[in-house]
Amino acid sequence: MALTTQRVDVPVIVDESKCLEKCVACIEVCPLDVLVKNPETGKAYMKYDECWFCLPCEKECPTGAITVQIPFLLR
Amino acid sequence: MNIQYLKTDFLVVGGGTAGTMAAIKAKQASPESDVLILEKANIRRSGAIAMGMDGVNTAVIPGNSTPEQYVREITIANDGIVNQKAVYETGRLGFEVIQELESWGVKFQKDHEGNYDLKQVHRVGKYVLPMPEGKDLKKILARQVKRHKVNVTNRVMATRVMVQNGRVTGAVGLDVRNGNMVVIQAKAVVLCTGACGRLGLPASGYLYGTYENPTNAGDGYSMAYHAGAELTNIECFQINPLIKDYNGPACAYVASPFGAYTANAEGHRFINCDYWSGQMMLEVYKELHSGKGPVHLKMYHLDDDTISEIERVLWDNERPSRGRFHEGRNENYRTHGVEMNISEIGLCSGHSASGVWVNERAETTVPGLYAAGDMASVPHNYMIGAFVYGRIAGENAMDYVRDLEHRSPDADFLAAEQERIYRPLNQPNGVPHTQVEYKLRRLVNDYLQPPKSPHNMDIGLEKFVAYEDTLNVMGASDPHELMRCMEVHFIRDCAEMAARASLFRKETRWGLYHYRLDYPEKNDDEWFCHVNLKKGENGDMELFKRAVEPYIVDVNLKEEVYDVAVR
Repeated sequence: MALTTQRVDVPVIVDESKCLEKCVACIEVCPLDVLVKNPETGKAYMKYDECWFCLPCEKECPTGAITVQIPFLLR
Repeated sequence: MNIQYLKTDFLVVGGGTAGTMAAIKAKQASPESDVLILEKANIRRSGAIAMGMDGVNTAVIPGNSTPEQYVREITIANDGIVNQKAVYETGRLGFEVIQELESWGVKFQKDHEGNYDLKQVHRVGKYVLPMPEGKDLKKILARQVKRHKVNVTNRVMATRVMVQNGRVTGAVGLDVRNGNMVVIQAKAVVLCTGACGRLGLPASGYLYGTYENPTNAGDGYSMAYHAGAELTNIECFQINPLIKDYNGPACAYVASPFGAYTANAEGHRFINCDYWSGQMMLEVYKELHSGKGPVHLKMYHLDDDTISEIERVLWDNERPSRGRFHEGRNENYRTHGVEMNISEIGLCSGHSASGVWVNERAETTVPGLYAAGDMASVPHNYMIGAFVYGRIAGENAMDYVRDLEHRSPDADFLAAEQERIYRPLNQPNGVPHTQVEYKLRRLVNDYLQPPKSPHNMDIGLEKFVAYEDTLNVMGASDPHELMRCMEVHFIRDCAEMAARASLFRKETRWGLYHYRLDYPEKNDDEWFCHVNLKKGENGDMELFKRAVEPYIVDVNLKEEVYDVAVR
């Protein structure tokens, strides 16, 4: 099977200057489990474009690093 | 990949509304027993009420209504096809549930005198109790789970229920983070995995832009089916009038007590009741096809303070991102109606009636297997019904397990399941689950979205059956993708069930939910019954009629027809 990667506009935006390297609050509460840490930088990012725009990640982030946008297709 | 073995007395699959309550009630009934919640997400924020809930829709509060009145209302709204004994329990036990939730810190709206401030949204009675501060509901439940010393395993998705010698003996799951296979021996299992909310494809085309929490992919419908349990009323789809594109509730249940109502493009009422029913959905469908669409939730005639209060409730609880959705489109309730659309189909007994068959003891037809919440067949059960049936399941299961022993899992079964789960990992260059799921759900829209046409459904059924082979071409590169692949298996099972049940019932019932173009009339002589289905001995899906249980509350269905059209 031949595969390609597509660029996608993702709903969850992480402000890396505010994201704490040892914190996993957003990752633990996401129902869809779409957030992970970048192993090199320790910052969270949205790895899978599977968002219900439900906001626990944003509300539970202790530093306000996360902004959830309505997914582009619905916006 | 490793195999992890766990053992518990009572396994709760799904830690949402019903599941957390089932576990708590089991521990209250039998504190010395071991109870385990298996949750694919994290119980702090999972299930249909992950972010909270803005109101209770089925509150039978003494002094305001009785369980008998409630049963009557639900019987009529379901065109008579209900197990009244099961519906009655939601009315009988709901008040105790509300009081217990209150003792845990959940807040319900009260009037100046401290009485519950009930609102009328249903056709006759007052059963809606607002929860303007309902956003912490799930955190409160998670705290009680911990206090009751329930064990919780988050991020493990169950894939199959184990059945040996005619009784349930546990479940198999996938750890969606480390990829381990998890085998849990249990003496009883309750499935509380919510709706099949990813059946049809939303008009936006975004796979996860669903009404239901998209984690709820019909897991329990599929697992119960493969365990040999009966399912019922599957042809009575869930179809909702939702905010166009956003696909969340508009939400008339909250706004109509303030004076808002559903209107056509000319601003006129066309339904006299905003309570969700198939009959109401049929009126929405007709209005959209009459040239007077689109329809909208109208609030712009209300004063500014009232609208601000509605915004506060709607933007803070159940779906808090809707404020920014409107903001992004420069829409304001003071000047704009909330444009609504008919949703894609799903399966959900919490809102309609399609679910795993349960009696008033939350028992499925397989000994030791219980079901509760959106996936259990008590119609229009909503959140209070999920709590009530979680409680019933938890209490009854602890009776059931008392003298039972664990059984060692069947090695052949485990090997077959292991092969099924991990197949996509062996072919990482296989077709991505996103494409396989998109096509499946697009086919659901093409062939099953009502009004239902027999030839279309025949084609759909053929494609869903053939899709068994398509599932084998999926590839995954990590445990997360593997979870999504297994969810596509659940969705396919639900699509086949939806097609077969819809073809079997040769009449029209429940308004738009089962509107058949070739049989446009209701036919009580032949179809005043449930349509049940199960996996037969030879592995084929069997469909059959199941008689409606004798009523315990008299209802004259000839005189009391559910009709909400404004004429």
